Amino acid sequence: MIGFLERLRQGPLVADGAMGTMLMERGLKPGECPEAFGLAHPEALGEIARAYLEAGADIIQTNTFGASPLKLASYKLEDKTEEINRKAVEAARRAVAGKAYVSASCGPTGRLLKPVGDADPEEVLAAFKRQMKALLDAGADILCIETMTDLGEASLAVKAAKSLRPDVPVMATMTFDKTSRGFFTMMGVSVKKAVEGLKAAGADIVGSNCGNGIEAMVLIAKEMRTLTDLPLIIQANAGLPRLVGGKTVYPESPEFWAPKAKDLLAAGVSIVGGCCGTTPEHIRAIRDSVSRFRA
Amino acid sequence: MDILDEVSRRLQEGDEEQVPALVRKALSQGKTAPEVLDKGLIAGMNVIGAKFKERELFLPDVLLAAKAMHAGIEVLKPHLAKEGLPSAGKVVIGTVQGDLHDIGKNLVSIMLKGAGFEVVDLGKDVPPERFAEAVEKEKAGFVGMSALLTTTMPVMAKVVEALKARGLKALIMVGGAPVSEEYAKEIGADLYAFDAASAVERAKALAR
Repeated sequence: MIGFLERLRQGPLVADGAMGTMLMERGLKPGECPEAFGLAHPEALGEIARAYLEAGADIIQTNTFGASPLKLASYKLEDKTEEINRKAVEAARRAVAGKAYVSASCGPTGRLLKPVGDADPEEVLAAFKRQMKALLDAGADILCIETMTDLGEASLAVKAAKSLRPDVPVMATMTFDKTSRGFFTMMGVSVKKAVEGLKAAGADIVGSNCGNGIEAMVLIAKEMRTLTDLPLIIQANAGLPRLVGGKTVYPESPEFWAPKAKDLLAAGVSIVGGCCGTTPEHIRAIRDSVSRFRA
Repeated sequence: MDILDEVSRRLQEGDEEQVPALVRKALSQGKTAPEVLDKGLIAGMNVIGAKFKERELFLPDVLLAAKAMHAGIEVLKPHLAKEGLPSAGKVVIGTVQGDLHDIGKNLVSIMLKGAGFEVVDLGKDVPPERFAEAVEKEKAGFVGMSALLTTTMPVMAKVVEALKARGLKALIMVGGAPVSEEYAKEIGADLYAFDAASAVERAKALAR
């Protein structure tokens, strides 16, 4: 496979969809650590990766969202950091067999930085480095820093990645809420500040994931496009969850997504994928839109 | 500027050093502790809460203001104990069993304290029985539950059952990303709040 950034210059790519719901279908219990479940069930990780690959994803994400040692510590699993991250990359690499890029997911540590919280920046930087070293040693093609709400933490993650391997592409995405004054993260970061800050930290690709359905993501993407020339990535939720008869339902169907995925591409987004509530069928819909867009 | 307005203003700025200093100054000028609490600290947190609700401010501003408030209350405590601590009500609060997400719960806890409630925070991953035991022991008027995950939200129904089993009549508040007004009704909760600011508003309305 050619280098990821070079490949991106040739046209838009499709990322995969939700991980958590797919793990639950395969036995993940409520409250159980998803990364520990993946370690115990590598075959489930392989199945999920293959399902998205068959749906047409060019990028497969690893089950390492919560695998920084700071986050794993809440399950008393920080000693398993290296093993969890390494095995998750290996499972994804085996499943895709060179047919897709393996993107290693890195989510927030769950700690708030000083002075708002009690976490030292050095501690957070070291935690990201420890996770990312394991991911990179195992052969991840890309690092994906995602669902960030604090620009300070996101920047530390990007810097950790670049300090280890400046040549490995870094995608960095933040999660925004719609307010009457525009989109802001929970920590008050505007779209403009996010784009500028992530770029300054050294991200190769910026964007947004989670928190919004695909229509709001089109608005975020349009705003981002006016702010930077960097490639953009968008991974929307299948809408916001509702509870119907005791079951969680995500309202946006693959049919609803197909034309909106086209809107994202028209807005200049380079990578389109899914977050919470999306399925291989959503990814198939995106694949279809991306293929038509190129034609 | 009135000294109590200054306490409120510095609290809104999240000034952890100036707030306790101004509280001391206000007491030395003859203001009573309940006055300083109500017209200084709580007044400041009310402004923060209102601005947070309108997203003029964000989580970091609230957390910093809460730290300043805490520093102010530490100065007031010995004086409040003498004059009797005024309380809007007592709330037992926690994130339900299986769920380790506590940012939202902490925020509600902070804002409730800011509004003059006494808060007993049980932390995260709290089993139903612990909620019930704490409500009974603390004689709390409210119990607040939080869940971020759709998979842990059903534990809320079990907490309601545990409270009923002990015949406890505390008002039940629920919140968190997957929780809705309908779900609150379904499990027999008294109060659903979309965000921390409305949780406090609604709790205050029920407390009256």
